[in-house]
Amino acid sequence: MSILDRPSSPDISRPKTSGLEISGGGMTRRQAWGLFWLLAAAVIAWLVFAVWPDWLNAILISKKAFVSAILNGITLAGLYFLVASGFTLIFGLMRNVNLAHGSLYLLGAYIGYEVANRTGYWLLGVAAGFIVLALVGVVMQIFVFRRLEGDDLRQTLVSIGISIVAADLMLAVWAGGTYQIPVPEWLDGALTLPVVTAVRSNGVSVFLTYPLYRVVVLAAAIVIGIGLWLMLHKTRVGMMVRAGVDDRAMLSASGVNVHAVFAIVFAVGAGLAGFAGVVGGSALSVAPGEDVRYLLASLVVVIVGGMGSITGAAIGALLIGLAEQIGLVYFPTYGIVLTFVIMVVVLSVRPQGIMGKAR
Amino acid sequence: MRIHRRTLLALALATGLTAPSLALAADDTIKIGLLATFEGPFTVLGEDGERGAKTALDEVSGMVAGKKIEIVKGSSDASPDSAVRAARKLVEQDGVKVLVGPLSGDEGLAVKDYAKTQPTVTFINGTSAAQDTTLRNPAENFFRFSTDGAQWMAGLGTYAFNDKGYKRVATVAEDYSFPYTQVFGFMAEFCKAGGKVPSKSWVPIGNKDFSSVIAAIPDDVDAIYVALGGADAVNFLTQYQQGGGAAPLIGGSITVDQTVLTSKGKLRDVLVGTPSAGPTADTNDAPSWKTFVEAYKKQPGAFPSPSLFAHGYYVNMKATLLGLEQVGGDVADGGAKLRDALSKLSFDTPTGKVSLDKNRNAIADIYLTEVTEGPDGNLLNKLVKVVSQVNQTLGIPEDEFTKLGAVSRDNPSCP
Repeated sequence: MSILDRPSSPDISRPKTSGLEISGGGMTRRQAWGLFWLLAAAVIAWLVFAVWPDWLNAILISKKAFVSAILNGITLAGLYFLVASGFTLIFGLMRNVNLAHGSLYLLGAYIGYEVANRTGYWLLGVAAGFIVLALVGVVMQIFVFRRLEGDDLRQTLVSIGISIVAADLMLAVWAGGTYQIPVPEWLDGALTLPVVTAVRSNGVSVFLTYPLYRVVVLAAAIVIGIGLWLMLHKTRVGMMVRAGVDDRAMLSASGVNVHAVFAIVFAVGAGLAGFAGVVGGSALSVAPGEDVRYLLASLVVVIVGGMGSITGAAIGALLIGLAEQIGLVYFPTYGIVLTFVIMVVVLSVRPQGIMGKAR
Repeated sequence: MRIHRRTLLALALATGLTAPSLALAADDTIKIGLLATFEGPFTVLGEDGERGAKTALDEVSGMVAGKKIEIVKGSSDASPDSAVRAARKLVEQDGVKVLVGPLSGDEGLAVKDYAKTQPTVTFINGTSAAQDTTLRNPAENFFRFSTDGAQWMAGLGTYAFNDKGYKRVATVAEDYSFPYTQVFGFMAEFCKAGGKVPSKSWVPIGNKDFSSVIAAIPDDVDAIYVALGGADAVNFLTQYQQGGGAAPLIGGSITVDQTVLTSKGKLRDVLVGTPSAGPTADTNDAPSWKTFVEAYKKQPGAFPSPSLFAHGYYVNMKATLLGLEQVGGDVADGGAKLRDALSKLSFDTPTGKVSLDKNRNAIADIYLTEVTEGPDGNLLNKLVKVVSQVNQTLGIPEDEFTKLGAVSRDNPSCP
């Protein structure tokens, strides 16, 4: 990141900031921020890699607890990002707050469970989760949302209705039990990370172990995030989507079949929710009520990150995931408050969200 | 317009047909409210509770003292306000005079407080097992024929310390009254025997991701005491297994219950051999238990063996029916006769004799168990020992017991 930024930064920022800043000899604002981030990175690196002194262990329970909470926060963020990216794409383009998005997650998880269990191939379950839900998304777009086009409130209400009906139908089919999608052997087990958590009295270092599967979840989220970014910024469809986000009427006036673009975006968004369902259902578990949980999580993520922005969804997911895990370890009773404090602060300082555009 | 008129006619006809039958119904049926968690993280538990209640009802073919029993269901999601909302609906809208439920600890405390405002309605517990539902500030019209969470732990602390040799144990439990009560019951014995509990983790109910909590457990403990229920237990156990969990576990009553043991996944690796205690044991040989299991299995969707929720709702519903039988199904006097009969009631359940103390809390047998693999691959709670007739103060005189203080996150403590 910083290497990429450096060559371009003097050319762009200097003329702007030098005009604003009166003190000639001081740092520019950008340089000050750079220094701040460098320091923050150094502190985090030290926290992760150094062996902690006793006073720090006393404050933060133990290094193992702290580093695990950070890692878990990041992997949870990966999962939230997968769900929220579809949500934010659909909103950004269609102005449609699809409150049935959580149901898509849960349905994907159940389908993934069925397929993985019957065929014995987990990857097949993941693929089925994506493909089936992408189809469901297209069907929803064509048969429900297209009929209510331009009527945002009605679309939102219909999506609530769909989510309630879907929750009861899923309860009827899969009952109230807790399902665990079995993770294949090659993804199971724990990874030893090169992070020393403690040194035993005999001088042997204790390394941190971390479930391999969670690392895979994070990697998948990053790959998909980059893939989405590339799709949006380097392909023709992406160009249409971005144009549609900015001005839908202009896009359709310039001869693009807006409905086809809508269907594609809905398919990708719903498919990602289904994909996340299978991946998340393997890391955690599948049970009724998950739909509401993930809907709420993606709403918060998207509000914090900014409606309609993929980068915003990533930032929002990271903030919420970390807040949830750190809260759980250090003040479990009030942990849930932290998430909403972040939301309130963001809403009061930047109502459009961190990466959102003011409209 | 014509359709409109026809609809009106149909409505009038329908009212005419049903109204007399409603009036008739009031005379020879008794309405019993059944309150359980049919939604939220404890859905499976609530469904099994209903099976238990239905088993008791089927025993008498749905008739008591010549009157038909009509069950009106109320659904909560394990939160106290949802339980009170459902109870209010049953009492104030459906007009039930007898209510069986709720299922979960905090719900029990809330419904007990609500019971005080409805002195003419008789409340019989479902499986809620927080200590103070009956111990401190009880309601005159709230009866609990099932035992509380601390009673369920009878014998476990001593067994863990003496027989298993665990000296230092960490606890992980949900953050509400029932797990406080369970941890209290376990630690009361364990600390007395000389054990230490250096770390207690309280997690919010419905939490999914436990890996950070698992990481925060100290490395130098001999075992981990887990009191989580339903989906929470499944999540914790799976993630504990994925993280390569090394320390053996000790189970709270609902952590190694059939609702968890039957869930699909890799739990069994970490569960086999886990000691626990509770009001039931799957491999109980007593004929009365076996008859109960057979009757229970006739219910649709039943587990291989009834969970403690099926058992608790069965016992409480059975007591309700016995009480109603004694008063000839007459609750017209505001239930005074029924409550009098209930408080004197003593009867044989599938798990031994049950009677009430002066706070209307049950005195009953408790079973010490260990998880084993059954002949057909099911996980079962093997009976290790029966602790007979445990009372709410765990055998300690009441004034001494109340001095130990109300259960909470920090009480008891022996780091």
